[in-house]
Amino acid sequence: MNIRGIIPALVVVGVIFAIWTAAVIPMNAHLTADQAQRDGLVMTPEAPRDRQDFTGLTLAIKNPAIIPLTYTLTRPRLPSPHQVAIEMYETIFTKAPTSRRSLVYHGWVTLSATLLGFVIGTTLGVLLAVGIVYNRTMDKSVMPWAITSQTIPILALAPMIIVMLGAIGIQGLLPKSIISAYLSFFPVVVGMVKGLRSPDGMQLDLLRTYSANANQGFWKLRLPASMPYLFASLKIGISAALVGAIVGELPTGARAGFGARMLVGDQYGQPMVTWAALFGAAITAALLVAILSWIERRTLTRMGMGAMA
Amino acid sequence: MAFIIALTIWAVGWWINGRLANGPRSDSRAISLLIPIIFGVTIIAMWEVLVTMLGVSPIILPPPSSIAVRFAGEIPILWADFEQTILKGALTGYVVGMIAAFTVALLADRSEFLTKGILPVGAFMAALPIVGTAPIFVKWLGSDWHSKAAVVGVMVFFPILVNTVAGLKDTSVMQRDLMRTYGAGYWPTLFKLRLPAALPFMFNGLKIATTLALIGAIVAEFFGSPTVGMGFRISTSVGQLALDMVWAEIVVAALAGSAFYGAMALIEKRATFWHPSQRS
Repeated sequence: MNIRGIIPALVVVGVIFAIWTAAVIPMNAHLTADQAQRDGLVMTPEAPRDRQDFTGLTLAIKNPAIIPLTYTLTRPRLPSPHQVAIEMYETIFTKAPTSRRSLVYHGWVTLSATLLGFVIGTTLGVLLAVGIVYNRTMDKSVMPWAITSQTIPILALAPMIIVMLGAIGIQGLLPKSIISAYLSFFPVVVGMVKGLRSPDGMQLDLLRTYSANANQGFWKLRLPASMPYLFASLKIGISAALVGAIVGELPTGARAGFGARMLVGDQYGQPMVTWAALFGAAITAALLVAILSWIERRTLTRMGMGAMA
Repeated sequence: MAFIIALTIWAVGWWINGRLANGPRSDSRAISLLIPIIFGVTIIAMWEVLVTMLGVSPIILPPPSSIAVRFAGEIPILWADFEQTILKGALTGYVVGMIAAFTVALLADRSEFLTKGILPVGAFMAALPIVGTAPIFVKWLGSDWHSKAAVVGVMVFFPILVNTVAGLKDTSVMQRDLMRTYGAGYWPTLFKLRLPAALPFMFNGLKIATTLALIGAIVAEFFGSPTVGMGFRISTSVGQLALDMVWAEIVVAALAGSAFYGAMALIEKRATFWHPSQRS
Protein backbone atom coordinates (compact mmCIF):
# COMPACT_ATOMS: atom_id res chain seq x y z
CA MET A 1 0.00 0.00 0.00
CA ASN A 2 1.34 3.39 -0.87
CA ILE A 3 1.46 6.50 1.31
CA ARG A 4 -1.64 8.08 -0.20
CA GLY A 5 -3.63 4.96 0.66
CA ILE A 6 -2.41 4.92 4.24
CA ILE A 7 -3.46 8.44 5.21
CA PRO A 8 -7.25 7.89 4.90
CA ALA A 9 -6.97 4.63 6.85
CA LEU A 10 -5.00 6.41 9.57
CA VAL A 11 -7.63 9.14 9.76
CA VAL A 12 -10.41 6.56 10.15
CA VAL A 13 -8.43 4.78 12.88
CA GLY A 14 -7.82 8.18 14.53
CA VAL A 15 -11.54 8.95 14.51
CA ILE A 16 -12.31 5.56 16.06
CA PHE A 17 -9.78 6.24 18.84
CA ALA A 18 -11.19 9.76 19.39
CA ILE A 19 -14.72 8.35 19.77
CA TRP A 20 -13.38 5.70 22.14
CA THR A 21 -11.56 8.31 24.24
CA ALA A 22 -14.65 10.52 24.39
CA ALA A 23 -16.87 7.57 25.33
CA VAL A 24 -14.73 6.80 28.36
CA ILE A 25 -16.16 9.82 30.24
CA PRO A 26 -19.88 8.94 30.13
CA MET A 27 -19.25 5.19 30.43
CA ASN A 28 -17.23 5.54 33.62
CA ALA A 29 -18.91 8.61 35.13
CA HIS A 30 -21.05 6.76 37.67
CA LEU A 31 -18.27 4.52 38.91
CA THR A 32 -15.89 7.48 39.13
CA ALA A 33 -18.41 9.60 41.03
CA ASP A 34 -18.89 6.84 43.62
CA GLN A 35 -15.15 6.47 44.01
CA ALA A 36 -14.57 10.25 44.21
CA GLN A 37 -17.23 10.58 46.91
CA ARG A 38 -15.54 7.91 49.02
CA ASP A 39 -12.32 9.89 48.59
CA GLY A 40 -13.98 13.00 50.05
CA LEU A 41 -15.04 14.99 47.01
CA VAL A 42 -18.51 16.58 47.02
CA MET A 43 -20.68 15.28 44.19
CA THR A 44 -23.61 17.32 42.93
CA PRO A 45 -26.44 14.88 43.57
CA GLU A 46 -25.08 13.62 46.85
CA ALA A 47 -26.97 10.34 47.17
CA PRO A 48 -25.61 7.61 44.84
CA ARG A 49 -29.20 6.58 44.22
CA ASP A 50 -30.07 10.01 42.80
CA ARG A 51 -27.07 9.85 40.49
CA GLN A 52 -28.52 6.78 38.80
CA ASP A 53 -31.24 9.01 37.35
CA PHE A 54 -28.68 10.97 35.35
CA THR A 55 -26.94 9.80 32.22
CA GLY A 56 -23.18 9.50 32.39
CA LEU A 57 -22.76 12.60 30.28
CA THR A 58 -24.91 14.94 32.42
CA LEU A 59 -23.24 13.59 35.53
CA ALA A 60 -19.83 14.44 34.09
CA ILE A 61 -20.97 17.95 33.12
CA LYS A 62 -22.39 18.58 36.59
CA ASN A 63 -19.15 17.37 38.19
CA PRO A 64 -16.32 18.47 35.91
CA ALA A 65 -13.83 17.39 38.57
CA ILE A 66 -14.44 13.70 37.84
CA ILE A 67 -13.68 13.96 34.11
CA PRO A 68 -9.92 13.41 34.41
CA LEU A 69 -10.55 10.70 37.01
CA THR A 70 -12.62 8.62 34.55
CA TYR A 71 -9.40 7.83 32.72
CA THR A 72 -7.58 6.41 35.74
CA LEU A 73 -10.05 3.94 37.29
CA THR A 74 -8.51 0.57 38.11
CA ARG A 75 -11.68 -1.33 37.18
CA PRO A 76 -13.39 0.83 34.56
CA ARG A 77 -16.41 -0.19 32.52
CA LEU A 78 -14.56 1.13 29.49
CA PRO A 79 -10.79 1.47 29.87
CA SER A 80 -9.18 4.34 28.03
CA PRO A 81 -6.83 3.54 25.12
CA HIS A 82 -3.74 4.45 27.14
CA GLN A 83 -4.75 2.12 29.97
CA VAL A 84 -5.07 -0.79 27.53
CA ALA A 85 -1.75 0.19 25.97
CA ILE A 86 -0.03 0.20 29.39
CA GLU A 87 -1.56 -3.16 30.34
CA MET A 88 -0.42 -4.62 27.03
CA TYR A 89 3.07 -3.18 27.38
CA GLU A 90 3.40 -4.58 30.89
CA THR A 91 2.10 -8.04 30.08
CA ILE A 92 4.07 -8.35 26.86
CA PHE A 93 7.42 -6.68 27.50
CA THR A 94 7.99 -6.60 31.27
CA LYS A 95 7.02 -10.20 32.10
CA ALA A 96 9.10 -13.22 31.21
CA PRO A 97 7.48 -15.02 28.25
CA THR A 98 7.19 -18.19 30.36
CA SER A 99 5.28 -16.48 33.18
CA ARG A 100 1.56 -17.16 33.51
CA ARG A 101 1.02 -13.40 33.71
CA SER A 102 2.66 -12.81 30.36
CA LEU A 103 0.38 -12.24 27.37
CA VAL A 104 3.09 -13.73 25.17
CA TYR A 105 2.71 -17.03 27.04
CA HIS A 106 -1.07 -17.06 26.59
CA GLY A 107 -0.74 -15.89 23.02
CA TRP A 108 1.58 -18.78 22.25
CA VAL A 109 -0.84 -21.30 23.75
CA THR A 110 -3.61 -20.07 21.45
CA LEU A 111 -1.30 -19.57 18.48
CA SER A 112 0.17 -23.07 18.63
CA ALA A 113 -3.33 -24.58 18.65
CA THR A 114 -4.31 -22.27 15.78
CA LEU A 115 -1.29 -23.15 13.65
CA LEU A 116 -1.52 -26.90 14.25
CA GLY A 117 -5.23 -26.82 13.42
CA PHE A 118 -4.64 -24.64 10.39
CA VAL A 119 -2.03 -27.02 8.97
CA ILE A 120 -4.26 -30.07 9.58
CA GLY A 121 -7.34 -28.33 8.15
CA THR A 122 -5.54 -26.98 5.09
CA THR A 123 -3.91 -30.31 4.27
CA LEU A 124 -7.17 -32.24 4.55
CA GLY A 125 -9.02 -29.49 2.70
CA VAL A 126 -6.63 -29.56 -0.27
CA LEU A 127 -6.72 -33.37 -0.41
CA LEU A 128 -10.52 -33.43 -0.32
CA ALA A 129 -10.66 -30.74 -3.02
CA VAL A 130 -8.44 -32.82 -5.29
CA GLY A 131 -10.70 -35.81 -4.65
CA ILE A 132 -13.79 -33.76 -5.44
CA VAL A 133 -12.32 -32.42 -8.68
CA TYR A 134 -11.22 -35.84 -9.95
CA ASN A 135 -14.01 -38.06 -8.63
CA ARG A 136 -17.52 -37.37 -9.82
CA THR A 137 -19.19 -39.44 -7.10
CA MET A 138 -17.33 -37.51 -4.42
CA ASP A 139 -18.20 -34.23 -6.06
CA LYS A 140 -21.88 -35.06 -6.17
CA SER A 141 -22.11 -36.45 -2.63
CA VAL A 142 -19.63 -34.39 -0.55
CA MET A 143 -19.71 -30.96 -2.18
CA PRO A 144 -23.33 -30.10 -1.27
CA TRP A 145 -22.52 -30.97 2.35
CA ALA A 146 -19.37 -28.84 2.29
CA ILE A 147 -21.44 -25.87 1.12
CA THR A 148 -24.28 -26.52 3.56
CA SER A 149 -21.83 -26.85 6.44
CA GLN A 150 -20.80 -23.23 5.85
CA THR A 151 -24.28 -22.14 6.88
CA ILE A 152 -24.11 -24.05 10.19
CA PRO A 153 -22.68 -22.34 13.26
CA ILE A 154 -19.98 -24.97 13.70
CA LEU A 155 -18.65 -23.27 16.81
CA ALA A 156 -21.61 -24.72 18.67
CA LEU A 157 -19.74 -28.01 18.37
CA ALA A 158 -16.68 -26.70 20.18
CA PRO A 159 -17.57 -27.49 23.79
CA MET A 160 -18.76 -30.95 22.85
CA ILE A 161 -15.66 -31.87 20.92
CA ILE A 162 -13.56 -30.88 23.89
CA VAL A 163 -15.64 -32.98 26.29
CA MET A 164 -15.71 -35.93 23.89
CA LEU A 165 -11.97 -35.93 23.47
CA GLY A 166 -11.49 -35.29 27.18
CA ALA A 167 -13.56 -38.40 27.91
CA ILE A 168 -11.18 -40.55 25.89
CA GLY A 169 -8.17 -38.92 27.50
CA ILE A 170 -7.12 -36.35 24.91
CA GLN A 171 -6.61 -32.91 26.38
CA GLY A 172 -4.67 -29.72 25.87
CA LEU A 173 -3.59 -28.66 22.42
CA LEU A 174 -5.30 -31.23 20.22
CA PRO A 175 -9.02 -30.62 20.95
CA LYS A 176 -8.62 -26.89 20.24
CA SER A 177 -6.64 -27.69 17.10
CA ILE A 178 -9.42 -29.95 15.88
CA ILE A 179 -11.91 -27.09 16.17
CA SER A 180 -9.44 -24.80 14.36
CA ALA A 181 -8.87 -27.45 11.70
CA TYR A 182 -12.59 -27.87 11.18
CA LEU A 183 -13.11 -24.14 10.75
CA SER A 184 -10.23 -23.64 8.31
CA PHE A 185 -11.09 -26.85 6.44
CA PHE A 186 -14.21 -25.75 4.55
CA PRO A 187 -13.06 -22.41 3.17
CA VAL A 188 -10.03 -24.26 1.80
CA VAL A 189 -12.15 -27.03 0.24
CA VAL A 190 -14.54 -24.62 -1.44
CA GLY A 191 -11.76 -22.26 -2.61
CA MET A 192 -9.52 -25.06 -3.86
CA VAL A 193 -12.32 -26.77 -5.81
CA LYS A 194 -13.06 -23.46 -7.49
CA GLY A 195 -9.35 -22.92 -8.14
CA LEU A 196 -8.62 -26.38 -9.53
CA ARG A 197 -11.57 -25.96 -11.88
CA SER A 198 -10.54 -22.46 -12.96
CA PRO A 199 -8.51 -23.44 -16.07
CA ASP A 200 -10.84 -22.96 -19.02
CA GLY A 201 -11.55 -25.34 -21.87
CA MET A 202 -8.96 -23.75 -24.12
CA GLN A 203 -6.15 -24.26 -21.65
CA LEU A 204 -7.18 -27.88 -21.04
CA ASP A 205 -7.34 -28.46 -24.80
CA LEU A 206 -3.90 -26.96 -25.24
CA LEU A 207 -2.51 -29.46 -22.72
CA ARG A 208 -4.25 -32.25 -24.59
CA THR A 209 -2.58 -31.17 -27.84
CA TYR A 210 0.75 -31.41 -25.96
CA SER A 211 -0.42 -34.97 -25.09
CA ALA A 212 0.04 -34.26 -21.39
CA ASN A 213 -1.26 -36.96 -19.08
CA ALA A 214 -3.59 -36.38 -16.11
CA ASN A 215 -0.67 -36.09 -13.71
CA GLN A 216 1.05 -33.39 -15.73
CA GLY A 217 -2.28 -31.64 -16.19
CA PHE A 218 -2.61 -31.46 -12.43
CA TRP A 219 0.91 -30.29 -11.54
CA LYS A 220 1.48 -27.96 -14.48
CA LEU A 221 -1.93 -26.42 -15.02
CA ARG A 222 -4.59 -27.04 -12.37
CA LEU A 223 -2.44 -26.61 -9.27
CA PRO A 224 -0.70 -23.39 -10.37
CA ALA A 225 -4.01 -21.98 -11.58
CA SER A 226 -5.56 -22.60 -8.17
CA MET A 227 -2.99 -20.57 -6.23
CA PRO A 228 -4.86 -17.23 -6.09
CA TYR A 229 -7.97 -19.05 -4.88
CA LEU A 230 -5.95 -21.03 -2.35
CA PHE A 231 -4.43 -17.90 -0.81
CA ALA A 232 -7.80 -16.16 -0.63
CA SER A 233 -9.15 -19.18 1.27
CA LEU A 234 -6.07 -19.43 3.49
CA LYS A 235 -6.55 -15.86 4.65
CA ILE A 236 -10.16 -16.58 5.60
CA GLY A 237 -9.15 -19.94 7.07
CA ILE A 238 -6.45 -18.66 9.39
CA SER A 239 -8.65 -16.05 11.04
CA ALA A 240 -11.38 -18.67 11.38
CA ALA A 241 -8.79 -21.02 12.92
CA LEU A 242 -7.84 -18.37 15.50
CA VAL A 243 -11.50 -17.79 16.42
CA GLY A 244 -11.88 -21.55 16.75
CA ALA A 245 -8.93 -21.85 19.12
CA ILE A 246 -10.20 -18.97 21.26
CA VAL A 247 -13.74 -20.34 21.43
CA GLY A 248 -12.30 -23.78 22.19
CA GLU A 249 -10.84 -22.29 25.36
CA LEU A 250 -14.10 -20.75 26.55
CA PRO A 251 -16.59 -23.38 27.69
CA THR A 252 -14.40 -25.84 29.52
CA GLY A 253 -12.39 -23.58 31.75
CA ALA A 254 -9.04 -23.75 29.99
CA ARG A 255 -6.29 -22.19 32.11
CA ALA A 256 -4.16 -20.64 29.39
CA GLY A 257 -4.70 -18.86 26.11
CA PHE A 258 -6.49 -15.72 24.91
CA GLY A 259 -9.93 -17.28 25.45
CA ALA A 260 -9.03 -18.27 29.01
CA ARG A 261 -7.80 -14.73 29.70
CA MET A 262 -11.06 -13.24 28.41
CA LEU A 263 -13.02 -15.59 30.66
CA VAL A 264 -10.81 -14.90 33.71
CA GLY A 265 -11.03 -11.15 33.20
CA ASP A 266 -14.80 -11.48 32.92
CA GLN A 267 -15.31 -13.69 35.98
CA TYR A 268 -12.91 -11.93 38.34
CA GLY A 269 -13.90 -8.41 37.30
CA GLN A 270 -10.57 -7.46 35.76
CA PRO A 271 -11.59 -5.64 32.59
CA MET A 272 -7.98 -4.84 31.64
CA VAL A 273 -7.19 -8.56 31.35
CA THR A 274 -10.14 -9.04 28.97
CA TRP A 275 -9.23 -6.00 26.89
CA ALA A 276 -5.57 -6.94 26.68
CA ALA A 277 -6.52 -10.46 25.56
CA LEU A 278 -8.92 -9.03 22.98
CA PHE A 279 -6.28 -6.74 21.53
CA GLY A 280 -3.67 -9.49 21.75
CA ALA A 281 -5.95 -11.73 19.69
CA ALA A 282 -6.60 -8.90 17.23
CA ILE A 283 -2.89 -8.24 16.74
CA THR A 284 -2.21 -11.96 16.33
CA ALA A 285 -4.93 -12.26 13.69
CA ALA A 286 -3.60 -9.21 11.84
CA LEU A 287 -0.05 -10.58 11.89
CA LEU A 288 -1.14 -13.99 10.63
CA VAL A 289 -3.10 -12.48 7.75
CA ALA A 290 -0.22 -10.11 6.98
CA ILE A 291 2.26 -13.01 6.83
CA LEU A 292 -0.04 -14.92 4.49
CA SER A 293 -0.49 -11.85 2.28
CA TRP A 294 3.27 -11.46 2.09
CA ILE A 295 3.74 -15.11 1.08
CA GLU A 296 0.89 -14.69 -1.40
CA ARG A 297 2.53 -11.66 -3.04
CA ARG A 298 5.91 -13.38 -3.23
CA THR A 299 4.45 -16.59 -4.67
CA LEU A 300 2.19 -14.98 -7.21
CA THR A 301 4.89 -12.56 -8.36
CA ARG A 302 7.28 -15.44 -8.93
CA MET A 303 4.58 -17.29 -10.83
CA GLY A 304 4.02 -14.24 -13.04
CA MET A 305 0.62 -13.45 -11.56
CA GLY A 306 1.83 -10.47 -9.53
CA ALA A 307 -0.84 -8.16 -10.88
CA MET A 308 -3.55 -10.34 -9.36
CA ALA A 309 -2.24 -10.11 -5.81
CA MET B 1 -18.79 -57.64 13.15
CA ALA B 2 -19.77 -54.02 13.64
CA PHE B 3 -17.04 -52.88 11.31
CA ILE B 4 -18.13 -55.33 8.63
CA ILE B 5 -21.71 -54.09 8.76
CA ALA B 6 -20.56 -50.47 8.71
CA LEU B 7 -18.28 -51.15 5.76
CA THR B 8 -21.10 -52.89 3.93
CA ILE B 9 -23.38 -49.90 4.49
CA TRP B 10 -20.64 -47.61 3.22
CA ALA B 11 -19.97 -49.77 0.17
CA VAL B 12 -23.67 -50.00 -0.73
CA GLY B 13 -24.17 -46.24 -0.31
CA TRP B 14 -21.07 -45.43 -2.33
CA TRP B 15 -21.99 -47.91 -5.06
CA ILE B 16 -25.49 -46.44 -5.44
CA ASN B 17 -24.04 -42.93 -5.51
CA GLY B 18 -21.39 -43.97 -8.00
CA ARG B 19 -24.04 -45.40 -10.29
CA LEU B 20 -26.19 -42.29 -9.93
CA ALA B 21 -23.34 -39.79 -10.32
CA ASN B 22 -21.89 -41.43 -13.41
CA GLY B 23 -25.27 -42.37 -14.84
CA PRO B 24 -26.94 -40.70 -17.80
CA ARG B 25 -29.31 -38.46 -15.81
CA SER B 26 -26.83 -37.35 -13.14
CA ASP B 27 -27.30 -33.64 -13.85
CA SER B 28 -31.04 -33.69 -13.34
CA ARG B 29 -32.35 -31.84 -10.31
CA ALA B 30 -33.77 -34.87 -8.52
CA ILE B 31 -30.57 -36.90 -8.82
CA SER B 32 -28.29 -34.09 -7.69
CA LEU B 33 -30.54 -33.75 -4.65
CA LEU B 34 -30.75 -37.49 -4.04
CA ILE B 35 -26.99 -38.17 -4.05
CA PRO B 36 -26.03 -35.98 -1.06
CA ILE B 37 -29.08 -37.27 0.82
CA ILE B 38 -27.96 -40.88 0.29
CA PHE B 39 -24.46 -39.84 1.40
CA GLY B 40 -25.83 -38.25 4.57
CA VAL B 41 -28.05 -41.25 5.35
CA THR B 42 -25.06 -43.58 4.84
CA ILE B 43 -22.98 -41.63 7.35
CA ILE B 44 -25.80 -41.57 9.92
CA ALA B 45 -26.46 -45.30 9.47
CA MET B 46 -22.75 -46.11 9.95
CA TRP B 47 -22.63 -43.87 13.01
CA GLU B 48 -25.68 -45.64 14.50
CA VAL B 49 -24.32 -49.13 13.80
CA LEU B 50 -20.82 -48.43 15.09
CA VAL B 51 -21.92 -46.63 18.25
CA THR B 52 -24.59 -49.12 19.30
CA MET B 53 -22.77 -52.34 18.34
CA LEU B 54 -19.40 -51.31 19.76
CA GLY B 55 -21.10 -50.07 22.92
CA VAL B 56 -19.55 -46.61 22.75
CA SER B 57 -20.46 -44.68 25.88
CA PRO B 58 -23.16 -42.06 25.20
CA ILE B 59 -20.90 -39.64 27.07
CA ILE B 60 -18.50 -39.79 24.15
CA LEU B 61 -20.82 -40.06 21.19
CA PRO B 62 -24.56 -40.72 21.46
CA PRO B 63 -26.18 -42.68 18.59
CA PRO B 64 -28.34 -40.66 16.17
CA SER B 65 -31.47 -42.51 17.34
CA SER B 66 -31.12 -41.26 20.92
CA ILE B 67 -30.46 -37.74 19.61
CA ALA B 68 -33.66 -37.96 17.60
CA VAL B 69 -35.60 -39.22 20.63
CA ARG B 70 -34.19 -36.43 22.75
CA PHE B 71 -35.00 -33.88 20.06
CA ALA B 72 -38.60 -35.04 19.83
CA GLY B 73 -38.98 -35.13 23.60
CA GLU B 74 -37.53 -31.70 24.33
CA ILE B 75 -39.24 -29.61 21.68
CA PRO B 76 -40.67 -27.04 24.16
CA ILE B 77 -37.20 -26.40 25.66
CA LEU B 78 -35.52 -26.35 22.25
CA TRP B 79 -38.13 -23.90 21.00
CA ALA B 80 -37.60 -21.61 24.00
CA ASP B 81 -33.83 -21.70 23.42
CA PHE B 82 -34.34 -21.03 19.72
CA GLU B 83 -36.59 -18.09 20.49
CA GLN B 84 -34.12 -16.60 22.99
CA THR B 85 -30.92 -17.06 21.00
CA ILE B 86 -31.92 -16.88 17.36
CA LEU B 87 -35.11 -14.85 17.19
CA LYS B 88 -34.24 -12.32 19.91
CA GLY B 89 -30.44 -12.25 20.00
CA ALA B 90 -29.21 -13.11 16.53
CA LEU B 91 -32.00 -11.62 14.41
CA THR B 92 -32.19 -8.30 16.27
CA GLY B 93 -28.43 -7.91 16.11
CA TYR B 94 -28.40 -8.88 12.45
CA VAL B 95 -30.99 -6.25 11.51
CA VAL B 96 -29.32 -3.53 13.61
CA GLY B 97 -25.84 -4.35 12.25
CA MET B 98 -27.20 -4.45 8.70
CA ILE B 99 -28.89 -1.04 8.96
CA ALA B 100 -25.78 0.49 10.55
CA ALA B 101 -23.53 -0.99 7.87
CA PHE B 102 -25.74 0.28 5.03
CA THR B 103 -25.87 3.76 6.57
CA VAL B 104 -22.11 3.98 7.05
CA ALA B 105 -21.56 2.60 3.55
CA LEU B 106 -23.76 5.29 2.03
CA LEU B 107 -21.96 8.00 4.02
CA ALA B 108 -18.56 6.60 3.09
CA ASP B 109 -19.61 6.41 -0.52
CA ARG B 110 -20.16 10.17 -0.70
CA SER B 111 -16.48 10.86 -0.14
CA GLU B 112 -13.53 9.26 -1.89
CA PHE B 113 -11.37 9.91 1.16
CA LEU B 114 -13.70 8.05 3.54
CA THR B 115 -14.01 5.09 1.18
CA LYS B 116 -10.26 4.77 0.98
CA GLY B 117 -10.06 4.93 4.75
CA ILE B 118 -12.93 2.62 5.61
CA LEU B 119 -12.21 -0.20 3.16
CA PRO B 120 -8.82 -1.28 4.59
CA VAL B 121 -9.92 -0.72 8.19
CA GLY B 122 -13.15 -2.62 7.52
CA ALA B 123 -11.34 -5.51 5.84
CA PHE B 124 -8.93 -5.61 8.77
CA MET B 125 -11.75 -5.61 11.33
CA ALA B 126 -13.64 -8.34 9.47
CA ALA B 127 -10.67 -10.70 9.99
CA LEU B 128 -10.47 -10.08 13.74
CA PRO B 129 -11.82 -12.47 16.35
CA ILE B 130 -14.74 -10.19 17.22
CA VAL B 131 -16.36 -12.89 19.38
CA GLY B 132 -13.84 -11.59 21.94
CA THR B 133 -16.08 -8.59 22.52
CA ALA B 134 -18.68 -10.91 24.06
CA PRO B 135 -17.54 -10.63 27.71
CA ILE B 136 -17.40 -6.84 27.42
CA PHE B 137 -20.89 -6.50 26.01
CA VAL B 138 -22.32 -8.96 28.51
CA LYS B 139 -20.84 -6.83 31.28
CA TRP B 140 -22.25 -3.61 29.83
CA LEU B 141 -25.69 -4.68 28.70
CA GLY B 142 -26.52 -7.46 31.12
CA SER B 143 -26.90 -11.15 30.43
CA ASP B 144 -30.22 -11.09 28.56
CA TRP B 145 -30.51 -11.07 24.77
CA HIS B 146 -29.60 -7.38 24.39
CA SER B 147 -25.91 -8.08 24.90
CA LYS B 148 -26.09 -10.94 22.39
CA ALA B 149 -27.70 -8.65 19.85
CA ALA B 150 -24.88 -6.15 20.39
CA VAL B 151 -22.18 -8.79 19.83
CA VAL B 152 -23.99 -9.95 16.68
CA GLY B 153 -24.42 -6.38 15.47
CA VAL B 154 -20.71 -5.68 15.74
CA MET B 155 -19.79 -9.01 14.13
CA VAL B 156 -22.02 -8.63 11.08
CA PHE B 157 -21.29 -4.91 10.63
CA PHE B 158 -17.88 -5.16 8.95
CA PRO B 159 -18.47 -7.87 6.33
CA ILE B 160 -21.68 -6.15 5.22
CA LEU B 161 -19.97 -2.74 5.21
CA VAL B 162 -16.97 -3.87 3.16
CA ASN B 163 -19.15 -5.64 0.60
CA THR B 164 -21.62 -2.77 0.29
CA VAL B 165 -18.89 -0.16 -0.19
CA ALA B 166 -17.26 -2.35 -2.83
CA GLY B 167 -20.63 -2.90 -4.49
CA LEU B 168 -21.45 0.80 -4.67
CA LYS B 169 -18.25 1.27 -6.70
CA ASP B 170 -19.23 -1.46 -9.14
CA THR B 171 -20.64 0.64 -11.96
CA SER B 172 -18.77 1.43 -15.13
CA VAL B 173 -17.88 4.98 -16.15
CA MET B 174 -20.10 4.58 -19.16
CA GLN B 175 -23.15 3.70 -17.07
CA ARG B 176 -22.56 6.71 -14.82
CA ASP B 177 -22.06 8.99 -17.82
CA LEU B 178 -25.31 7.72 -19.27
CA MET B 179 -27.11 8.68 -16.05
CA ARG B 180 -25.50 12.11 -16.29
CA THR B 181 -26.73 12.60 -19.85
CA TYR B 182 -30.22 11.83 -18.54
CA GLY B 183 -29.66 14.73 -16.11
CA ALA B 184 -29.90 12.42 -13.07
CA GLY B 185 -28.52 13.81 -9.83
CA TYR B 186 -26.98 11.91 -6.92
CA TRP B 187 -30.16 10.35 -5.54
CA PRO B 188 -31.72 9.10 -8.82
CA THR B 189 -28.32 7.69 -9.80
CA LEU B 190 -28.06 6.00 -6.41
CA PHE B 191 -31.51 4.42 -6.48
CA LYS B 192 -31.79 3.60 -10.18
CA LEU B 193 -28.23 2.54 -11.00
CA ARG B 194 -25.79 2.11 -8.15
CA LEU B 195 -27.90 0.41 -5.46
CA PRO B 196 -29.24 -2.21 -7.87
CA ALA B 197 -25.69 -2.75 -9.16
CA ALA B 198 -24.47 -3.13 -5.56
CA LEU B 199 -27.09 -5.75 -4.65
CA PRO B 200 -25.04 -8.86 -5.57
CA PHE B 201 -22.20 -7.61 -3.36
CA MET B 202 -24.56 -6.67 -0.55
CA PHE B 203 -26.16 -10.10 -0.57
CA ASN B 204 -22.74 -11.71 -0.49
CA GLY B 205 -22.03 -9.82 2.73
CA LEU B 206 -25.48 -10.59 4.11
CA LYS B 207 -25.05 -14.32 3.46
CA ILE B 208 -21.65 -14.41 5.18
CA ALA B 209 -23.21 -12.54 8.08
CA THR B 210 -25.98 -15.13 8.67
CA THR B 211 -23.51 -17.69 10.05
CA LEU B 212 -21.61 -15.04 11.99
CA ALA B 213 -24.86 -13.91 13.61
CA LEU B 214 -25.63 -17.39 14.97
CA ILE B 215 -22.04 -17.92 16.13
CA GLY B 216 -22.00 -14.55 17.90
CA ALA B 217 -25.30 -15.17 19.67
CA ILE B 218 -24.33 -18.68 20.82
CA VAL B 219 -20.77 -17.85 21.90
CA ALA B 220 -21.87 -14.71 23.79
CA GLU B 221 -24.07 -16.93 25.95
CA PHE B 222 -20.98 -18.74 27.22
CA PHE B 223 -20.18 -15.48 29.07
CA GLY B 224 -23.47 -15.27 30.89
CA SER B 225 -27.12 -15.71 30.00
CA PRO B 226 -30.49 -16.19 31.62
CA THR B 227 -31.35 -19.86 32.16
CA VAL B 228 -32.54 -20.21 28.60
CA GLY B 229 -30.78 -20.06 25.25
CA MET B 230 -28.81 -22.37 22.99
CA GLY B 231 -25.37 -21.38 24.27
CA PHE B 232 -26.56 -21.73 27.86
CA ARG B 233 -28.08 -25.16 27.16
CA ILE B 234 -24.96 -26.36 25.35
CA SER B 235 -22.56 -25.35 28.11
CA THR B 236 -24.75 -26.70 30.95
CA SER B 237 -25.57 -29.95 29.11
CA VAL B 238 -21.87 -30.49 28.45
CA GLY B 239 -21.30 -30.04 32.17
CA GLN B 240 -23.95 -32.68 32.93
CA LEU B 241 -22.54 -34.97 30.21
CA ALA B 242 -25.96 -34.96 28.52
CA LEU B 243 -24.43 -35.06 25.08
CA ASP B 244 -27.64 -36.07 23.33
CA MET B 245 -29.09 -32.71 24.43
CA VAL B 246 -26.02 -30.92 23.06
CA TRP B 247 -26.47 -32.71 19.76
CA ALA B 248 -30.16 -31.81 19.72
CA GLU B 249 -29.16 -28.15 20.10
CA ILE B 250 -26.64 -28.57 17.30
CA VAL B 251 -29.38 -29.96 15.07
CA VAL B 252 -31.43 -26.85 15.89
CA ALA B 253 -28.43 -24.63 15.11
CA ALA B 254 -27.83 -26.43 11.82
CA LEU B 255 -31.48 -26.18 10.78
CA ALA B 256 -31.67 -22.52 11.80
CA GLY B 257 -28.40 -21.66 10.07
CA SER B 258 -29.40 -23.36 6.83
CA ALA B 259 -32.87 -21.82 6.90
CA PHE B 260 -31.47 -18.35 7.58
CA TYR B 261 -28.93 -18.69 4.76
CA GLY B 262 -31.55 -20.20 2.48
CA ALA B 263 -33.95 -17.34 3.16
CA MET B 264 -31.23 -14.82 2.27
CA ALA B 265 -30.36 -16.74 -0.89
CA LEU B 266 -34.04 -16.79 -1.85
CA ILE B 267 -34.41 -13.03 -1.38
CA GLU B 268 -31.22 -12.59 -3.36
CA LYS B 269 -32.63 -14.64 -6.19
CA ARG B 270 -35.75 -12.48 -6.27
CA ALA B 271 -33.85 -9.20 -6.01
CA THR B 272 -30.99 -9.88 -8.40
CA PHE B 273 -32.71 -12.06 -11.01
CA TRP B 274 -31.00 -10.00 -13.73
CA HIS B 275 -27.45 -10.80 -12.59
CA PRO B 276 -25.37 -13.26 -14.67
CA SER B 277 -24.72 -15.49 -11.64
CA GLN B 278 -28.48 -16.05 -11.23
CA ARG B 279 -29.10 -17.13 -14.81
CA SER B 280 -28.91 -20.84 -15.32
